[in-house]
Amino acid sequence: NRLPEEVGRCFAFCPPSVLTSRHLAWDYFSKGRNESEDSKLRFETYQLIWQQMKSETERLQEELNKNLFDNLIEFLQKSHSGFQKNSRDLGCQIKLKEIPTAALVLGVNVTDHDLTFRSLAEALQNNVTPYVVSLQAKDCPDMKHLLQKFFSQLMDCCVDVKSKEEESVQVTQKKTHCSMDSLCSWYMTVTQKTDVKMPSKKRTTTSQWQSPPVVLILKDMESFTTKVLQDFIIISSEHLHEFPLILIFGIATSPIIIHRLLSHSVSSLLCIELFQSLSCKEHLTTVLDKLLLTTQFPFKISEKVLQVLTNIFLYHDFSIQNFIKGLQLSLLEHFYSQPLSVLCCNLPEAKRRINLLSDNQCENIRRLPSFRRCLHKFTSSLPKYPLGRQIRELYCICLEKNIWDSEEYASALQLLRMLAKDELMTTLQNCFTIFKSSPEKHLGNIAKKIEEFLAQFQSLDGENAKEEEDASGSQQKGLQKTDLYHLQKSLLEMKELRRTSKKQTKFEVLREKVVNFIDYLVREYLLPPETQPLHEVVYFSAAHALREHLNAAPRIALHTALNNPYYYLKNEALKSEEGCIPNTAPDICIAYKLHLECSRLINLVDWSEAFATVVTAAEKMDANSVISEEMNEIIHARFIRAVSELELLGFIKPTKQKTDHVARLTWGGC
Amino acid sequence: TSKLEIKEDKMLEVQFVGDDDVLNHILDREGGAKLKKERAQLLVNTKKIIKKPEYGLEEDDQEVLKEQNYVEVLGRDVQESLKNGSATDGGNKVYSFQNRKHSEKMAKLASELAKTPRKSVSFSLKNDPEIMINIPQSSKKHSASDKVQLKNNDKSEFLSTPPRSLRKRLIVSRSHSDSESEYSASNSEDDEGIAQEYEEDTNAVILSQKIEAQNRVVSAPVCKETPSKKMKRDKTSDLVEEYFEAHSSSKVLTSDRTLQKLKRAKLDQQTLHNLLSKVSPSFSAELKQLNQQYEKLFHKWMLQLHLGFNVVLYGLGSKRDLLERFRTTMLQDSIHVVINGFFPGISVKSVLNSITEEVLNYMGTFRSVLDQLDWIINKFKEDSSLELFLVIHNLDSQMLRGDKSQQIIGQLSSLHNIYLIASIDHLNAPLMWDHAKQSLYNWLWYETTTYSPYTEETSYENSLLVKQSGSLPLSSLTHVLRSLTPNARGIFRLLIKYQLDNQDNPSYIGLSFQDFYQQCREAFLVNSDLTLRAQLTEFRDHKLIRTKKGTDGVEYLLIPVDSETLTDFLEKEEEEA
Repeated sequence: NRLPEEVGRCFAFCPPSVLTSRHLAWDYFSKGRNESEDSKLRFETYQLIWQQMKSETERLQEELNKNLFDNLIEFLQKSHSGFQKNSRDLGCQIKLKEIPTAALVLGVNVTDHDLTFRSLAEALQNNVTPYVVSLQAKDCPDMKHLLQKFFSQLMDCCVDVKSKEEESVQVTQKKTHCSMDSLCSWYMTVTQKTDVKMPSKKRTTTSQWQSPPVVLILKDMESFTTKVLQDFIIISSEHLHEFPLILIFGIATSPIIIHRLLSHSVSSLLCIELFQSLSCKEHLTTVLDKLLLTTQFPFKISEKVLQVLTNIFLYHDFSIQNFIKGLQLSLLEHFYSQPLSVLCCNLPEAKRRINLLSDNQCENIRRLPSFRRCLHKFTSSLPKYPLGRQIRELYCICLEKNIWDSEEYASALQLLRMLAKDELMTTLQNCFTIFKSSPEKHLGNIAKKIEEFLAQFQSLDGENAKEEEDASGSQQKGLQKTDLYHLQKSLLEMKELRRTSKKQTKFEVLREKVVNFIDYLVREYLLPPETQPLHEVVYFSAAHALREHLNAAPRIALHTALNNPYYYLKNEALKSEEGCIPNTAPDICIAYKLHLECSRLINLVDWSEAFATVVTAAEKMDANSVISEEMNEIIHARFIRAVSELELLGFIKPTKQKTDHVARLTWGGC
Repeated sequence: TSKLEIKEDKMLEVQFVGDDDVLNHILDREGGAKLKKERAQLLVNTKKIIKKPEYGLEEDDQEVLKEQNYVEVLGRDVQESLKNGSATDGGNKVYSFQNRKHSEKMAKLASELAKTPRKSVSFSLKNDPEIMINIPQSSKKHSASDKVQLKNNDKSEFLSTPPRSLRKRLIVSRSHSDSESEYSASNSEDDEGIAQEYEEDTNAVILSQKIEAQNRVVSAPVCKETPSKKMKRDKTSDLVEEYFEAHSSSKVLTSDRTLQKLKRAKLDQQTLHNLLSKVSPSFSAELKQLNQQYEKLFHKWMLQLHLGFNVVLYGLGSKRDLLERFRTTMLQDSIHVVINGFFPGISVKSVLNSITEEVLNYMGTFRSVLDQLDWIINKFKEDSSLELFLVIHNLDSQMLRGDKSQQIIGQLSSLHNIYLIASIDHLNAPLMWDHAKQSLYNWLWYETTTYSPYTEETSYENSLLVKQSGSLPLSSLTHVLRSLTPNARGIFRLLIKYQLDNQDNPSYIGLSFQDFYQQCREAFLVNSDLTLRAQLTEFRDHKLIRTKKGTDGVEYLLIPVDSETLTDFLEKEEEEA
């Protein structure tokens, strides 16, 4: 092995194979700072939970995509079968020029698209045709490359399907020029071959056509150049009768882009059908619902953490995958840094572990989420969504503080008090089913109570229907015709009126009861997790760590290090007021500070002198001696080093505009 | 006026609200405009009933508050974590516009930094930023009239833009005095100097205040006429003007002094190194503590690498030693490749080569880099027992920062059995990665500010003050050539010799390819012009040669290194041989 000190391009270090013992991840987990004996158990719990979460998200993804894919496949089959039937018909002749095209609007979370396309290609290969090719814009700067890529990927599809004996032939073909003609002839030979083979081989659904279509997926339609796209579409529409092509456009922005990219004459060659994937926001909601708002996973994250993650999602990338990554990181951090996290597992297991640890209690905080959702059912039916439109917002609020202290809660209750009977009953019904479905025994009582309420409502119906009609009738009229402001106003007036006449209907009494009951429930069960004992076991709250590792700000770190060295080097000599640095600071900080005073160009001589002035002053504090020539040289050398370091960091660069000048690359500075 | 102030506050936040609008737009995409309108109406109404707000401003305030909340959560607040840069002031400073600066500023700041020991710095410097902010605005706004006014004022030359000639003289005299006088705290003369400085400072403050007052007088009636919108426009146009001010003026006023006049000539790499070795490092205790802190993370890094993340280190200071320590303590028993990104001859191809040749023991060749990448990826996918650690110093170096290189390295790092730990230094390094690449890399960021000097990293750099030697310093020339085959070295030596023979010829434009081929054949270095061409391509990749088309259309080859370095290089080569 060469020494690492010897500087060169790159070195590989291969220890003798005997030595290469494979380290497992949990080695590092336990060898870190926490030496406690249960680290292995913790790591295993981590892996278990993570695996479960991962498979759950994958399942979710599949589920969410399923609908879209089904529609797509149906479209492909339909358009292709139409193409096959009778090509002599005149209408078909015209239609023959039109390439069936599916425009797939996927949203701006581009990084997640790969996964979608991969599963889409898989689904198509299983259900429609073996010939599925997906291309990216960056592989196709011009027509030639596009065809080449297309061709070679088609070959690969073919190899997958058929025996590999023909591979040699195809490789030679790869290098030959690719044109639409050669594609067509290739297609002819391939389909004829499969025709011959067909009877002998059992095929899946692919065999339902003698000539399966060729599906081309353009992953990022927006980045393709207009010329390439137009040429390709025109050419392939000419060959459509012998080469049954189907296009799928992956669109990140909006379908208008098709018409913006393609001229009318070209887009008229396409027979476009639009498919919209689930919006990423919905997707996030589902993921949150299934991962965090269930009792299935014991791991929970605190309000701050959740906010960091959702903010990264909403403000930065819209990427579910990144969200999941953040979740994984927080899970890992939780288990790595929180020794008590060993208890973070499902309830019976936790109980067992508690017994083992002779620890005393683990609160069943887990019953919270199910109730939370019930509250959401209530609030989401209200106009304006005072508690947030998404359940995640509500969750966030709940995690943060006592919910009943918030104004929004008060207003929500107010609105609840004004709900008409029908709506109240349906929401109660909903709540009832939710409570019923939740496995906790504890909530059974509540469900019973709600059932009672419902029964009371129904009996009310029968008893004094007439009186009811008056009250609710006028209410509903108000609801339909005026806006809420007027409704509330008039309702308040009505209430006043009634109070004076002391004619509160039974319905209103009951409604009051229900609302009070809900209020009681909220206060009972929606305690913020921080007030619960042992909440650290299941709640991960180190939001700053997460932010630091996922959403780092290297520029600010650099600026701080240069501008305020005391922040990192806790030396009293470096302590200074805001906006200035002491002259004993590291060389690079001084040079940086000086360069901030310059505009676009910096004279090196001036700079060096200024630097020398500062540094000599600093040196002389220590030794009261006259500056020697050697000293001067050393200072100059230090200046050179500082300048070249600043160049490496990208603050300045050499320039030829003026001799011995450098150009500044950053704006501003104090 | 209080109302005005509030509005001003609001205006500062205007940029943020834009984001919010964008977000709202996205969120309500499916809801459609109609729903949105309805919702907005309801929102106002219910609020009125429930809260009965007294003034309309509240909603805006709330919005601002919401934004602040966002900033708080995403921007790092200092108390929460120790290892984050201070966001609030940092962000402003890095991203604000550049003001027009005057060259004296630097000298002035320097003398202030130098003169005033520790504590008393604060006084004079406190004034300083104020001046700097005020001046550019004032000098711009009241161009003509003020200048006349200022000319009368003796001490004001420093502040506005005086005629150029006067300025130049001033600079020269000033800097002259700077370099001659040795500032010492005990010197009585110097104290006078300080006093004078202060006088100037206060003068400046007064002056700028005056101008500001004038400013207000001018702008006040305007405000009265059209309260808020006008002011908003004013502010933005101000910003725009500032931008163009900073960037459009082709003449940047700096002093004309050159290094040649200075006694100190450029140093070469070796003397520089020797000189620097005499400097005793300061704050070593604190630096050690920092490093120890980072070393504690080694196990965590290993864990996270194993779990599918990749680790990137950022922050001021060379991270080479840290990574090297990580390598020696954690990676001794595993296969790993160290890549020195700062090395001038590096390319993705050499990275891939070292993986295929040294790790996978494959000696074949590949048609293209992408083929090679595919091959490696397949190898690693097939054999899941293979494990490889990539340690990359300076992933953001000149040679690796290209889009293609990053894509390839990203694809490597996304393999579950290749673990990547890398360091970045450049200010704009994160711009290399778009979302797609970021998701390939799957980074976890770690701030490791070390303050250690970038010794190795800058030694190859074509540094400004280090003795210029063409585009490549001698050491890197040697290093690159050492990694070549003997034949290649011979070819290159031929070219050097030819160039040195012609160094006195002013019309020499290089050696033509045909002649070169002839010479190489005679020296039995190549057997066909194809081999020579292949060789030349490699040289060109390493920036060792440059080709030029002559007037006759013939290719001429030139080494873009000065003859001195070339002679040194030849001597060194002969010594070693």
